Amino acid sequence: MLRLIAAIIARDLRLALRRPADLVAVLFFFVIVASLFPLGVGPETALLRQLAPGVLWVGALLATLLSLPRLFADDFRDGTLEQLALSPHPLGLMVLGKVIAHWLCAGLPLALLAPVLGLQFDLSADALWVLTFSILLGTPALSGIGAIGAGLTLGLRGGGVLLSLLVLPLYIPVLIFGAGAVEATVSGLGAGAHLSLLAALTVGGVVFAPWAAALALKIALE
Amino acid sequence: MNWFKFSAPSTFYPLAGRLIPWFAALAALFGGVGLWIGLVVAPTDFQQGEAYRIIFIHVGAAWMSMFIYLVMAFWGGMGLAFKTRLSGMMTEALAPTGTMFAFLSLWTGALWGRPTWGAWWIWDARLTSSLILLFLYIGFIALTRAIDDPRRADRAGAVLLLVGVVNVPIIYFSVQWWNTLHQPASLSVGKGSSMAAIMLWGMLLCTVAMWMYSIALTLARVRTIILVRERHTDWVRALLAALPAQNSR
Repeated sequence: MLRLIAAIIARDLRLALRRPADLVAVLFFFVIVASLFPLGVGPETALLRQLAPGVLWVGALLATLLSLPRLFADDFRDGTLEQLALSPHPLGLMVLGKVIAHWLCAGLPLALLAPVLGLQFDLSADALWVLTFSILLGTPALSGIGAIGAGLTLGLRGGGVLLSLLVLPLYIPVLIFGAGAVEATVSGLGAGAHLSLLAALTVGGVVFAPWAAALALKIALE
Repeated sequence: MNWFKFSAPSTFYPLAGRLIPWFAALAALFGGVGLWIGLVVAPTDFQQGEAYRIIFIHVGAAWMSMFIYLVMAFWGGMGLAFKTRLSGMMTEALAPTGTMFAFLSLWTGALWGRPTWGAWWIWDARLTSSLILLFLYIGFIALTRAIDDPRRADRAGAVLLLVGVVNVPIIYFSVQWWNTLHQPASLSVGKGSSMAAIMLWGMLLCTVAMWMYSIALTLARVRTIILVRERHTDWVRALLAALPAQNSR
């Protein structure tokens, strides 16, 4: 079982690394979105410090969303997905592998990039740590929930817009607790409660979402 | 009585047709009495003034928006488990009514919030989760309309419904879990009601009226959906052929 997941992760990572441009594009999208806000609302440090948690989290969320359509689309187009669905192993586990691989390609780099962008917003060292940690903790849930949406919209006309329509409402709790953790640190309340709830969302998202996504894929492949 | 007999669209179609006038009549009756109590009989609230009368619409609409989502999730689950054709038609028929009630609860809430809280909209836990419910309805409609094959549309929609159903308990308990601006429920199973009896009756009657209205409207809509989806079958052709002149156009 673990070998199966590891094999899927290794394969997806190898494929992703062969096209590094896709990976980098997502990261640059995050950088550009985060840089637009100071230009839009003005350079007052106090205001930016207040906006930072929300802006960085929304940026990370949209960047994740941007990378979702490719989660299954390439495998669907060349028939790999059908072969995976036909194999005797449970499809849910293979989707879990793909979700983990997606997180390694999108969520992890975003979390590592976030503190650098946080510096632009003049966040304190504490807040930067919590920001990195909360994005690290929350993005697996984004990948998991996103996989459901990606499965449901697989092969549809205008799938990208539809995907955001389906997935963004489900992302709201992650956004609230993720940004809430950073805000709580900035205002000196301590981020413990928010981070615990975020971890709960991630555990729930990673454990249950792949099975729902597998069901969605089976429907799409019929 | 064999319930599975009516899971076939061909037997459900005439049953729905017979039931619609009854539910429509009940909706009119309960709605008339409920609104009469709410707008005429019930006294003015000493704190909120006349503005409180919005609850006769607001509470019922909010309950119905959650309840219809649960019913849709139930039909979606039935459709996935038993592959019945009617289940998908029911979810499709319920969605517009649910969306309307979700919008109505937000809209009437805004109308009430302006004089009472001094703001049209507040980022309170219950308001936010109700807004998510509206987005989920819209997402469901967008997804099922984007898929051409009705069978795939039903099943994909059912998965989305079952995923989104976690939001309903969050809305319902949000006033207890997060102590924000929206007041806690005035009515609970354990403690009874904290409202005056006459206001409570008006509210309950209006809610029942909306419930009956939803059933009548959903049945009417599902009849149309049955005709559209089953248009290639013999019984629909026979039915349409038996209709007088209007289908000769």
